[in-house]
Amino acid sequence: MSKDPGSDDRGKFDKARRNFLRGLGMGTAAAAAQPAWGGDTLSDTFADFFQKHYQRMTSEEITETLERIERKAESRYGVEISCENTPPQPGVVFGYAINISRCKGYRDCVDACVQENNLGRDSQVQYIRVLQMDKGDSNLEHSEHYYDPETVPVEGKYYLPVQCMQCDDPPCVKACPVDATWMEPDGIVVVDYDWCIGCRYCMTACPYWARHFNWTTPEIPAEEMNTDTHFLGNRPRPRGVVEKCHFCIQRTRKGRQPACMEACPTGARIFGNLLDPDSEIRYVLQNKQVFRLKEDLGTEPKFWYFSD
Amino acid sequence: MGVIRFIFDGVREMLRGPREYWAWLLFLSVVVVFGSWQYWVQFSNGLVVTGMSDQVSWGFYIANFAFLVGIAAAAVLLVIPAYIFHRKDIKDVVLVGEGMAVAAVTMAILFVIVDLGRPDRLWHMIPVIGSLNFPISLLAWDVLVLSGYLLLNLAIPFYLLYSRYRGREANFRIYFPIVVISMFWAISIHTVTAFLFSANPARPFWHTALLGPRFIASAFASGPALIIITLEIVRKVSTYKVSQSVISTLALIMTVALQINLFFVGAELFTDFYNEGAHAASIHYLFLGLGGFDSLQPWIWFALTLNIIAVIILMIHPLRKNVLTLNIACVLAFIGIWIEKGMGLVIPGFVPTPLGEIFEYVPTSVELSVSAGIWAFGVLMFTVLAKAVIAIEQGRLRYRDKKSEISQ
Repeated sequence: MSKDPGSDDRGKFDKARRNFLRGLGMGTAAAAAQPAWGGDTLSDTFADFFQKHYQRMTSEEITETLERIERKAESRYGVEISCENTPPQPGVVFGYAINISRCKGYRDCVDACVQENNLGRDSQVQYIRVLQMDKGDSNLEHSEHYYDPETVPVEGKYYLPVQCMQCDDPPCVKACPVDATWMEPDGIVVVDYDWCIGCRYCMTACPYWARHFNWTTPEIPAEEMNTDTHFLGNRPRPRGVVEKCHFCIQRTRKGRQPACMEACPTGARIFGNLLDPDSEIRYVLQNKQVFRLKEDLGTEPKFWYFSD
Repeated sequence: MGVIRFIFDGVREMLRGPREYWAWLLFLSVVVVFGSWQYWVQFSNGLVVTGMSDQVSWGFYIANFAFLVGIAAAAVLLVIPAYIFHRKDIKDVVLVGEGMAVAAVTMAILFVIVDLGRPDRLWHMIPVIGSLNFPISLLAWDVLVLSGYLLLNLAIPFYLLYSRYRGREANFRIYFPIVVISMFWAISIHTVTAFLFSANPARPFWHTALLGPRFIASAFASGPALIIITLEIVRKVSTYKVSQSVISTLALIMTVALQINLFFVGAELFTDFYNEGAHAASIHYLFLGLGGFDSLQPWIWFALTLNIIAVIILMIHPLRKNVLTLNIACVLAFIGIWIEKGMGLVIPGFVPTPLGEIFEYVPTSVELSVSAGIWAFGVLMFTVLAKAVIAIEQGRLRYRDKKSEISQ
């Protein structure tokens, strides 16, 4: 609101002045460092602090919040983003399946995910972890997490990509003391980054190590920012909150593929609507021998593995 | 009016004392200030300044939290004999024990708060204006039981001390029901804290029905250990009389609890190591190391040794009755359990990760400093509370209205 338009193409002096004003606006001397609450103007800082839980906001409040998020992204990263709130499509529940005989461990899915979802580059958060396993062994404790993707596929190894399984009975959701994470009607487990208090109990509860914490403010180079964002998805995250794979909610709710599937060079990844009997994922579930990781824990993952 | 005078007189008593008393308060305050400054460093940089990571996402803070909830719960060991069995000797010191519970719960709550990524959003936990995920989330349970326990342990001593201050007889029908509630509540705070860990099938090391009983047993060993040491100090630095029978009752409780705790540890070791399935990886890491990583190994063996020496001392009657050896046993058991159910319980839950990665955790100087600050704050709180409690109990601090002052 008090942010002057077109400030991007002004000189260094203006930037310094803006920082100075920002410092005054918040009444703190620590203008140089990004404050923990990622505040901007005084009114935005207040609005940030008192922002309601996503599920309790009226549609006007959501619109205001989305605009504020866009303003903040511009002042923080110098990039104009669009933050949307595309609702779940009726009659859709998403599921994922990976053909482990096709996966060769190239990790293109990991890189595409980092780009698509605006993951902190300095903090090196990655939603997908590809495990290099010895053939004939499925014990995760024997897996290699830090193999060199240049040398794959290695003789005698196979590859097991792991990410959020979007469990139908998610232990992370039960763990959260403030309802900051929940399952959407289309089966995606999401996080309200502005409601999370950062206690990390959900990370303790997750059997798939799918949740990641922003130990520091995530840094993304302006030119690498994906500007198509969703409130529950890839919008810029603050420090001190938990995040995770959300099946590229900003893409899949508009009928697009998740970035990891699009990037996979071997076609190992199959994503689709579990409620649509003609979908490819349903074909896989009906015609292939599938298994799920740690099924014995009763979390009902919507993420399957199979092989040819 | 009387209540205000009571608080005013209480605070004045807290601020009155010999030079040694002030030196002690000053020392603690310096540590508190230093810890606060280190917390400011953490707050302005993020939790990246700690040794925690996505792999080991809880560390020294939560370890201290788990331990301190046990200390707080142990006050019940004075409350039960004092109010249910009407042991006069224990009734004399029960308020000191409840003061310790107040300090311990406060420290436990502070340890959770400094562990939060967004302490500015604490209000999200307040029902109605925030959203507390009760009764599903065990952490929501912990928030409620800990704050409730704090209130109970403030309310009972406040009422009893105020009655004494006014020279009135405390009404048994008023405080007894609250005392009964607080007894069950004490067990509940530590059970809920154990369930917080054991509720996670993702972490096989904690996912055992024995965790709740183990927590209670270790609390009933470490708690009395701390109370005995504290009462010995009270004897030394004040004129307050602490009956020897209180110490021997506590020592006996501690002996049994420590024996049970060691038995539980043995039961866990047998169950995990006999077949060494995948679930044994964490305990293997703790006691023997895993894949070349073994930074906790020396600590847990040290803790086990301390506990075994302590239990041997306590089981030999002449040694348990000797002031010096009893105090040594108390110090050993306190440190031993602090390691065993602090770092020794929390960290192996994260090693290896659910995806089999082994990543070690070592607390940073920031974590150690912040923790030292919280401990100093708790000790400071206990010191001033105990000072006022003793003055009132000895009858030195009494309500005097203006008229009687004039007539004097």
